[in-house]
Amino acid sequence: MTSSVDKHDNILEMQGITKEFTGVRALDKVTLEVKKAEVHAICGENGAGKSTLMKVLSGVYPYGTYSGDIVFAGKVAKFNTIKESEKCGIVIIHQELALIPELSIAENIFLGNELLSSGLIDWNKTETLTRDLLARVGLELDPSTPIKNLGVGQQQLVEIAKALSKNVSLLILDEPTSALNEEDSENLLNLMRSLREKGITCIMISHKLNEIAEIADSITVIRDGKTVDHMSVADGRIEEDAIIRAMVGRPLDNRYPIHEPKIGKVIFEVKDWTVEDPNVPGRLLSDNISFKVKAGEIVGFAGLMGAGRTEMARSLFGRNYGIYKHGSISIKGSKVVLHSVSEAIRKGLAYVPEDRKLLGLNLLDSIEKTTVSANLRKILSNGLIDFSKEHSVAEKYRKSLKIKTPAVDVGVATLSGGNQQKVVLSKWMFPNPDVLILDEPTRGIDVGAKFEIYKLVQQLADEGKAVIFISSELPEILGMTDRIYTLCEGRLTGELNTKQADQESIMRLMTTTNEV
Amino acid sequence: MKYLKQVLGNDLRQLPMVVALLVLLIGFHIISGGRMLTSSNMQNLISGNAYVLILAIGMLMVIVIGQIDLSVGSVAGFVAMVVAITARNFNLPWFVAVFLGLALGVLIGSWQGFWLSKMGIPGFISTLAGMMIFRGAVIWLSGSISVPAPKELQFFGAGYLPEWGPAWTNMNNSTLLLGLLALGFFVWSQWNGYQREKQAIYGTRPEMWPMLVRAIGGGLVIAYVTWLFGSGRPGTSFPIPGLVLVALIVIYHMVTERTRFGRHVYAVGGNRQAAALSGVNVSRTYFTVMANMSFLAALAGILFLGRATAAGPGDGTNWELDAISAVFIGGAAVSGGVGTIMATMVGGVLIAVLNSGLMLMGVGADRTQVIKGLVLLLAVAVDAFNKQQGRPSIIGKIMESFHKK
Repeated sequence: MTSSVDKHDNILEMQGITKEFTGVRALDKVTLEVKKAEVHAICGENGAGKSTLMKVLSGVYPYGTYSGDIVFAGKVAKFNTIKESEKCGIVIIHQELALIPELSIAENIFLGNELLSSGLIDWNKTETLTRDLLARVGLELDPSTPIKNLGVGQQQLVEIAKALSKNVSLLILDEPTSALNEEDSENLLNLMRSLREKGITCIMISHKLNEIAEIADSITVIRDGKTVDHMSVADGRIEEDAIIRAMVGRPLDNRYPIHEPKIGKVIFEVKDWTVEDPNVPGRLLSDNISFKVKAGEIVGFAGLMGAGRTEMARSLFGRNYGIYKHGSISIKGSKVVLHSVSEAIRKGLAYVPEDRKLLGLNLLDSIEKTTVSANLRKILSNGLIDFSKEHSVAEKYRKSLKIKTPAVDVGVATLSGGNQQKVVLSKWMFPNPDVLILDEPTRGIDVGAKFEIYKLVQQLADEGKAVIFISSELPEILGMTDRIYTLCEGRLTGELNTKQADQESIMRLMTTTNEV
Repeated sequence: MKYLKQVLGNDLRQLPMVVALLVLLIGFHIISGGRMLTSSNMQNLISGNAYVLILAIGMLMVIVIGQIDLSVGSVAGFVAMVVAITARNFNLPWFVAVFLGLALGVLIGSWQGFWLSKMGIPGFISTLAGMMIFRGAVIWLSGSISVPAPKELQFFGAGYLPEWGPAWTNMNNSTLLLGLLALGFFVWSQWNGYQREKQAIYGTRPEMWPMLVRAIGGGLVIAYVTWLFGSGRPGTSFPIPGLVLVALIVIYHMVTERTRFGRHVYAVGGNRQAAALSGVNVSRTYFTVMANMSFLAALAGILFLGRATAAGPGDGTNWELDAISAVFIGGAAVSGGVGTIMATMVGGVLIAVLNSGLMLMGVGADRTQVIKGLVLLLAVAVDAFNKQQGRPSIIGKIMESFHKK
């Protein structure tokens, strides 16, 4: 903490940044100081406020919607749009790349800033400049190559070239390597090093501590919307443990119902599960994953964004995602091959997806239609849907799950997040599965509803179901589960008994790329 | 408003359309000097539009899954031509020719379904191609000459129910019998629904009067319609193509509202990914809906063949546009997931009444076209204006009381 730094060395100073969304304080007096020509890493758990901070910086949230000061290159910055921040030399590259697949590299780089001569696009100049830019990022490609022919790693480099075309002085990279394989990641880190030599400052948001340790000059750790630590690296070495402690160091309060598990025999077993990314050939979403879950047991799956938890869950659930390579599933001791979701449901599997609105619900449907939608067979009489059965099933769950709604024939879109999630849970309780995979079951839900959902999950386990609990919140994983597996980049990196685990030990396993 | 909801159910989204239909019927009746609501005009209206309404049934399902079928007119024309030619050239009995025609419809539908469900080509494209392919094929096959239809088909295309029994009823007794059956079923189902609601474990105790209002109101409508269709000149009745249509409406209403397949159709249209994660076979649903559409197009083509007594190379031109209009006037969403058979039928009848009324007033085809276009736009604009999510239409609500609660 020798922060007797000359203020003039700082290209960026963000002081006391506070940003509120209706009722939620996403950022609370955050401070960020970035020196010129350094690689500055921002670390924090999912939802800590990193992306919000970058959106404040780049003008996505215009000046006036937050409080606090931004001083960039010696001047107070009041950006109203991304365009304004770009004019000053701040360029943000998002996790989801924003290139247009059908257009060429050159067209993409100058999209919105087309080089004109007497009102028409000057293609010669565009091409020459693109060649220069591509050379600077180390891409040897024809500027007229369409983006869709490029790999993700190459696309990332094109994004950087695009940033360079805007005379960038501060480049922000949000999870730049999360979708890249090792070789491409290494390329990218090398490029960041060479940018640093040329005087360009980089802010890098990343979950991969090994990469941070390798490249960052200083680190700011954000937790729950607050800056909790700032470390600078004098000799090029960073204590990964120190980062981890700072990232998770929050007292655990009693937000989880007390529960005595009734654990039985193994009823769900996965062996050598291997799945390939449908978008990036050769990249494995799940790499020889093997695990077991017992009846009555709640097993947590921890991992950072991009670790492959959701992808694994969806591929287990009737190969809903990814390209299946090999691996086997056993339910209650017998091997099953699940080619489709409906087969998976029939064999006793259920999957509650992480994105409720995108994957979990048909927002046009009523509560009752949603409740029965994964098990329509059960409400048929003489081959036709029996509305009174449907109605009473929905009413039963409305009462037992305490879903707050005037009636079950209203649309699910009218419900709050917590109640929507209860409807989704009842939808998956209705087929009476043996194995329940819950993917971020409390995301976007208020504290009170969370507690009810926790109790419900424990109750399901007590009924003898095997529960797989995927969560990005470590306290939740520690509070809810009996056993924990950690994933990192598609590989199983650890198994912990929850009683012996703490946030630091989990975080360590979540950020290691060594296999167990 | 509260009382209205008690009678008609909570969702009044389709009410404007039903009111508009009634206003048009009565308005045209007055303007045309009493020529709108006559037996012969209504009989013509039904048999002259049954085929478009049949297309609209299939089109509703296609639009609910978020697709569109532009080929239905060409397919109908093509199938009609094939039926006429096979019956004439090979001297096939009419029912064999009809069976072949329907099978051909399924085959064509499988072709369209294949491109959508297996190859992922949007229905707009594959059916645009189908529209050209089958229109070309009709002209090619027929050499641009009309081909007479088997005589028996006229019964299905433009026939009437038999006359029998006492004359003192002053009506066609077949129509009267059907009307009485419908009346009995309607009243019984209202009573039944009320009883079930009373016995339901959940929910509040229902009041009796909304049920009585429904039963009496609906009963009067059925009685009036029966009289309207049954009291025409001797030998006429509720038209046969109308009966085919009613049968299809009942069947497809049940399929869409009360079967797993129907639920899957709405699920796929509402949120394809969520449907897939609920165990719905998305590609099979796509396939079946497209195949069914062409089957209904074939049926529509055959009914039209019976009415026209000959298959012409231009038969079916622009039918797809009428069918699509009916679906959207009936409140279906372009983005899929929303729409009902019943509301679509109201939409289709609205267009038919508009056509017929404007004709009675002596408005030319040119201006009729302009007015129809404006009505479509207005109807959809009104719908977009008071958009609610995920509610069945009012017609759906009324029909639901046939079996629900």
